[in-house]
This record gives sequence, structure tokens and C-alpha cells, in this order.
Amino acid sequence: MHELSVASAIVELCDERARGAQVRRVRLQVGALCCVLPDSLRFCFEVATEGTTLEGATLEIEQVPASSRCRDCGCAVLMLEILTTCACGSMNLEPPRGGDRLRILSMEIEEVA
Amino acid sequence: MCTSCGCSEGGQARLTDPVTGKTESVADHEHAHSHALDHFHAHPHEHAHPHVPEQGHGHRHGHEHEHGHEHGHGHEHEYKAEVPLTGLHSRMQGTMLRLEQDVLARNDRVAERNRSWLQGRGVLALNLVSSPGAGKTTLLEKTIRAVQAQIPIRVVEGDQETSLDAERIRATGCPSVQVNTGTGCHLDALMVERALQKLDPPNGALLLIENVGNLVCPALFDLGEAAKVVILSVTEGQDKPLKYPHMFRAAQLLLVNKTDLLPHVDFDIETCFDYARRVNPEIELLRVSARTSEGLDRWYGWLRARMGAAGLRVAS
Repeated sequence: MHELSVASAIVELCDERARGAQVRRVRLQVGALCCVLPDSLRFCFEVATEGTTLEGATLEIEQVPASSRCRDCGCAVLMLEILTTCACGSMNLEPPRGGDRLRILSMEIEEVA
Repeated sequence: MCTSCGCSEGGQARLTDPVTGKTESVADHEHAHSHALDHFHAHPHEHAHPHVPEQGHGHRHGHEHEHGHEHGHGHEHEYKAEVPLTGLHSRMQGTMLRLEQDVLARNDRVAERNRSWLQGRGVLALNLVSSPGAGKTTLLEKTIRAVQAQIPIRVVEGDQETSLDAERIRATGCPSVQVNTGTGCHLDALMVERALQKLDPPNGALLLIENVGNLVCPALFDLGEAAKVVILSVTEGQDKPLKYPHMFRAAQLLLVNKTDLLPHVDFDIETCFDYARRVNPEIELLRVSARTSEGLDRWYGWLRARMGAAGLRVAS
């Protein structure tokens, strides 16, 4: 349930930047290796946004794969999870690159008319 | 819960000194800073930019760079210039703000601060993680009794509730502090920062941080430690490294504990090591029994080697 801490951190950061404006949408980049479950995060986001300027906001999650290379056949491998197997069947992969960040890309705010 | 922003992180976390029994809440230092930014809205920024919603922002962003505004502005600055301030753009119906910000930046910032403080002080910090009941506290008790004559040890005990573990550590004569995370399922860098202030570890000390029993959440939260040590007991099943790969990937050492029970359980230790290496080819592997002391000398050797690698002197 660390997704709740993550959701709270997102709400805190966005709420601070919105400066009172209603937030409609938050776009998030979740690396495939960063240990956050998108579904669980969506659920926690709903809970964490209650009573804040983010209440009712949509959370858009873009998953970012890590990249690696197979040590047996040399093929490039895109990793959507830690335990990835190369198309050749080998699990002997180079240490993954990327896919380990958790970033808020942008948010859409609504101005009070 | 913070009334300014509604966040609950760290809200119920408490710190207890097992000697005095005094408890205090882990107050959120960082928070005061972040809310100070709220006063920014008074900034007179009224020149009517033709603020185009959505893509317009990304575009304008690019232009600023092309015109060569190279004042060494960080993102913060560019962002502030772009922020449509409350009440000034009243007709706009939806504005995309680029944030490009790491969600855990705050924790990571405090963790880095802890790390440089520990380095400056000459303290080696290890973050011990496992499922509940894997034997972390027993391992700590044994370790303290065996090596505290040569290495000054300090302990941070993390649990959701109670000071039971800190009491056990206190009985060894080792200074410790208990952090109760309340509803939180992991320690974070801020809790450790507060614990460090309380413990004030001396130069050349080994700081053992016993995280909350949980093989998932602590993987994501850097505390400022030099290394994570994952402890797995043979009663848990040999496939744990595959089931909880994030933690085994984040750890530098796997200690398989309770090896005295191996004759009674279906746990193949070589298979477990293979799984751990599959997730993390660099991981170091040791087998111990904290109860019978089997294999503990190798663990103490590992600790001494880490102290040496960190440039810390160990008495012999």
C-alpha cells in the first residue's frame, strides 16, 4: 500500500502548484520497474484527492518500459516487468536501463470563471 | 493529517526513546517549506500573455529556449513565469501546466541529506528489510552482542505499533530509537532523519535500520542508507525472490535465515539463490541461523568488509 504514500505525494505536489485552481487531469509517467501498481495507484489517488483541489481529477498513467539486451542472442529487449524473458527464451539479460522513474508530467487546471 | 493540504503522509508517525519512554510525533519539517510557496500568488504578473490552452504551453516553452534566455534558470523558474495566477486568467477554461517532477523528490531529497550527513559523520547505515517474522530483531540482538565491542552500533527500529523491538535492543545495551509508522507500511527518509538527530551516532558507528516488516513498500523509499540487506527465512518459501522481485533487486545482500529449520521444510536454498540472482545478478548471498549462530561469522565478516570499504576503522 505504498501507493497511498505515492498518491499523497502527487496530490501534495499538484495542489501546491495549482494554487487554489481546480485540477482536472494529472498526467503521470510510471516506469515499469518502479514498483507501483497503476490500478492500486488509481484507487489510492481517488482516496487521496478527496476534499482537495484535485477531487474528481482524472489520473492518466503512461507506463514506461525499461530496455535491456539479451546476453545470449544479443537482441534488444523491452522490459514491461522485472522478470522478462527474451524472445529467444533466455532470461539472461543485461541490467535494465530506464523504466525506474515516477514522474508527474503535467496537469490540467480549471480557472474559476 | 495536515490541514493545509490534506496529506496524511507521516501524520501519525511517532518516535520513542526506549530509555526515557518519551514519545514525540515525527513532525514534518519539509512541510513548512512547501506551504511557504503558497504566498507566491501576490506576485504582480499581470501583463496579458495570450495564454493558449493545451499545446500552446509546450510551444511557448520551446520558444523561450530558442530565444536563448540562458540565465541558468532551473525548471522552477521557467515554471513560475508560466503559471497562470489565480484570478488573472479568469476566462481560461483548462490550462495544461508542465510539471516534469519526480513524485518522490521530497523523500529522495531528505534521503540524500541523510546520506551525506552519515558520510560526513563516518557512519555506515544499512537498511534491513524482510517480511514480518523473518528474524530481523533476533539477528540484530545477536549481531550487537557479538560485535559491539569492536564496532559501536546504533539501531533504528521501525514498526507500525509498539516499542517491543526497541525494548529487546535496549536489553543488549545498544542505544536505539523506535519509530512507529502508524498506518504507514514503511519507513521514510524524514523519519530516519529525525531518528538520527535523536541517536546522534558517533564517528565510526554502524547504524542498523530495521524497516517495517514488508517485502514490497520499503523497496521504493530511499532512507539514505549505504545498502539494503534483505532477510528471508526458510519457512517462507524459496520462490520469494520471484514473487517480490523489486525488493531483491534493490538489495545488495540476501541473508537466508533460520537454516537450522532446513531439515523440516521444503526449501531448496540453491534454488532460492538462483531465483535471487535471476532478479539481481549482483546480489551477495549468505546463509545464517540467528538462533544457533550458524553462519553468523560470515555475516560479521561482510559487515566488517563494508565498514572497511566505507573507509571506517574497525577495532580488532
